[in-house]
Amino acid sequence: MSLRGAAVRVGGRTLWSGVDLEVGAGEFAAVLGPNGVGKSTLIKVALGLLPITAGEVRVLGEAPGRAGHRIGYLPQRRNVDPSLRIRGIDVVRMGLDGDRWGVPLPLPVRFSARRRAARDRIAEVIDLVGASAYAHRPIGECSGGQQQRLLIAQALVRGPELLLLDEPLDSLDLSHQGAVAALIGRICREEGVSVVMVAHDVNPILPWLDQVLYLAEGGAAAGPPREVITTETLSRLYGTPVEVLRTGHGRLVVVGGGHRAAGGGGHGHHPELG
Amino acid sequence: MVTTLSLADTYPAWSWNPVTDLRAMWAFPFMVNAFRAGTIVAVLAGVIGWYMVVRRQSFAGHTLAQVSFPGAACATLLGITPVVGYFAFCVGAALVIAAIPRAGQGGSGQEAALTGTVQAFGLACGFLFVTLYKGFLGGINSLLFGSFLGITTTQVTVLAAVAAVTLTTLAVIARPLLFASADPDVAAVRGVPVRVLSVTFLVLLGTATAATSQITGTLLVFALLVMPAATAQQLTARPAAGLAVSVLIGLVVTWTGLIAAYYSPYPIGFYVTTFAFGMYVLARLTRLLAQALARRAPAPARLSGGAA
Amino acid sequence: MSVFRAFDHPYFTHALLAGTGIAAAAGLVGYFLVLRAQVFTGDALGHVAFTGALAALALGYDLRLGLFVATVVFAVLIGALGRRGRSDDVAIGSVFAWILGLGAFFLTLYSTRGAAHGTAGVNVLFGSIFGLSAGQARTAALVAAAICAVVALLARPLLFASVDEAVAAARGVPVRTLGLVFLVLVGACAAEATQAVGSLLLLGLLAAPAGAAHRLTARPHHALALSAGLAVAEMWAGLGLSYAAPRLPPSFAILAVATAVYLATLLTVRPRRDHTVTSEEERDDVPTPSRL
Repeated sequence: MSLRGAAVRVGGRTLWSGVDLEVGAGEFAAVLGPNGVGKSTLIKVALGLLPITAGEVRVLGEAPGRAGHRIGYLPQRRNVDPSLRIRGIDVVRMGLDGDRWGVPLPLPVRFSARRRAARDRIAEVIDLVGASAYAHRPIGECSGGQQQRLLIAQALVRGPELLLLDEPLDSLDLSHQGAVAALIGRICREEGVSVVMVAHDVNPILPWLDQVLYLAEGGAAAGPPREVITTETLSRLYGTPVEVLRTGHGRLVVVGGGHRAAGGGGHGHHPELG
Repeated sequence: MVTTLSLADTYPAWSWNPVTDLRAMWAFPFMVNAFRAGTIVAVLAGVIGWYMVVRRQSFAGHTLAQVSFPGAACATLLGITPVVGYFAFCVGAALVIAAIPRAGQGGSGQEAALTGTVQAFGLACGFLFVTLYKGFLGGINSLLFGSFLGITTTQVTVLAAVAAVTLTTLAVIARPLLFASADPDVAAVRGVPVRVLSVTFLVLLGTATAATSQITGTLLVFALLVMPAATAQQLTARPAAGLAVSVLIGLVVTWTGLIAAYYSPYPIGFYVTTFAFGMYVLARLTRLLAQALARRAPAPARLSGGAA
Repeated sequence: MSVFRAFDHPYFTHALLAGTGIAAAAGLVGYFLVLRAQVFTGDALGHVAFTGALAALALGYDLRLGLFVATVVFAVLIGALGRRGRSDDVAIGSVFAWILGLGAFFLTLYSTRGAAHGTAGVNVLFGSIFGLSAGQARTAALVAAAICAVVALLARPLLFASVDEAVAAARGVPVRTLGLVFLVLVGACAAEATQAVGSLLLLGLLAAPAGAAHRLTARPHHALALSAGLAVAEMWAGLGLSYAAPRLPPSFAILAVATAVYLATLLTVRPRRDHTVTSEEERDDVPTPSRL
């Protein structure tokens, strides 16, 4: 996936412009930045749901929206109705053939090679995300972390070349954040899937990151995390002094230095006092 | 219960002289009773309805109203006066709703399926009672769509007594109830008995629904219970003013509905819903217009308007 | 055997033919209504069906014309406004109460004009399935078969769009169009069901078998088939019951059976695990201990 000088306008307001990002095969990129800066919009642009107003976007070598079947997409936290009586495995299955017309014929599995392949593939991804124990339970009864794993399995089931994840760690507690982040990092490394993840907090995914795109009102910066999440770059992006601190455990903490930045509440990174 | 308009072909003429018209109308005791009952119900429904809309329980009101139909039909079948059936079934249903947490809110998916099924079954039971009570099939329409004929003086007395008790109870709990409706968590911390209040209110709502059903019919209680209150909320956000406007609209709608129904062959339920809905639409349009004007206005005007 | 003699009566076979089709369609559509939390759209369309039917009668057209035009037009309108029928929405509730009031107006208009039709309103409100003619029953069954076929065709993408709208849209499922087509199906189904159990009771026919099916299985395609099967079985049982005990009106018998089945599933089938177990299990699947 690549963006060159891309800009987007939503409701007459330019959200971001001059964004350059190059995510190669099997790379893990994070999109960071304060709230309301258009991180999720970037995902929508990549899916071809929103047009860009300037620059160029290529997704898997094609125009956005043309490669939909090669992309796995996980939207921002979906509220699964607790009374929803559909099994996790069925939700995963929708990722495989949910867009085909008609009902599946109730033939026994052994008469159809395609159905056997589908069954095996679903079992495989569910195993990959470690959800086998609860995949046969109604998804509404699963916990937030379990649901997130099943939804990741759904995004993976067609063997996508690119995963677009919108805040997949949001609303998970700290230990689950670590586990799900590790799962995504492992999928990225072992399966060679490119990952673009919108994140609120960089720390859980920091060990796996190859690239960071930092969006702020003042512009955008892309590159390896070590180069982007620095006091100088972020101060430039926010247009006000910002300090990046590194804790003893290697975690990053962004602290608003100036009065305006602190009062404006424009921080994507809440101080992680781990 | 008297059901069909026996004077179907000769409707009294409207003379455009309000004094003569009212005098002609009130020469009939049933019209006097209808006006008395309508006035009582309009006040009761206006007040309870305002609280109901604030508490977002209009769906509970809808459910209770649907229960009033089998109630009245069952009472008729057993040979008791329908008033007893209305109140017994509505208050009983209110207690059931209060006993099941989260019932009566509609909810989503499964819960909605359950409430929908129970409602439909209730109506089906009403239909069964009506068919079992032979020769009553025509009366079904007045149960469902309201009738102002045949309201007895006893019925008016019962309505007045019920309304007095209901409104007195509401007056006692009015302030904590408003607090508990607006912000249940904070109210609970302050020591307001939120749960007790909510059960009490549901019972009050049951009596108000039962009373309203007798005028507008089971299917059209929204006309007096919800629409005046919703209109009032469009017009003002202040509780006292809102209650007053709600009652006022209820009275206007009921009186004009009664007059229109007296002078024409169409059921009162139709007129009451139409007038109430018309006022609601007008209020919404007025508010939209006011907002549009405020937006058009120059900046200083907007600042002073939006200072709150 | 008196049960078999029922088939000698043409009215019973007509009712059985129409009822089977209508129940199957209601079961299929109802499953998605419950899944999409749109049950109250069904309720609203019931109100519209009443007014549409009586408006057609009052203006001198066939009742079914009014039914289908009113429900389908309103379904499109609801879809175009893009709001899910929330049960507690005062505005929507008021609109539909007014429509019902309008229905009462048309009812009076009709009964004062065409003297002999005092029961027309009751028939529309509570159904008159034993009064269907052969032609009416055949039409009802054909329309119901068409509804079933369309639902079967749409089932998989509709399921995807209902459960996971954003992902389905990203995958190229025409989510909005599907939602609209589905509402039209609900409208057509409401018009059909009005002929069987009446506009006031059709909500039960849509909701009860579907609710029971949701309760009985968490496999979506099984539940879909089960919902239709339950609806048909309940329809047959209701018709049989009403035939055996003529004092019971058929629509009451059908609704009574449907409600009983639904309540039985609610009381007997419990969700397998409760939440405390879930959260305990979840602890186990965290590979690394918390860093805190």
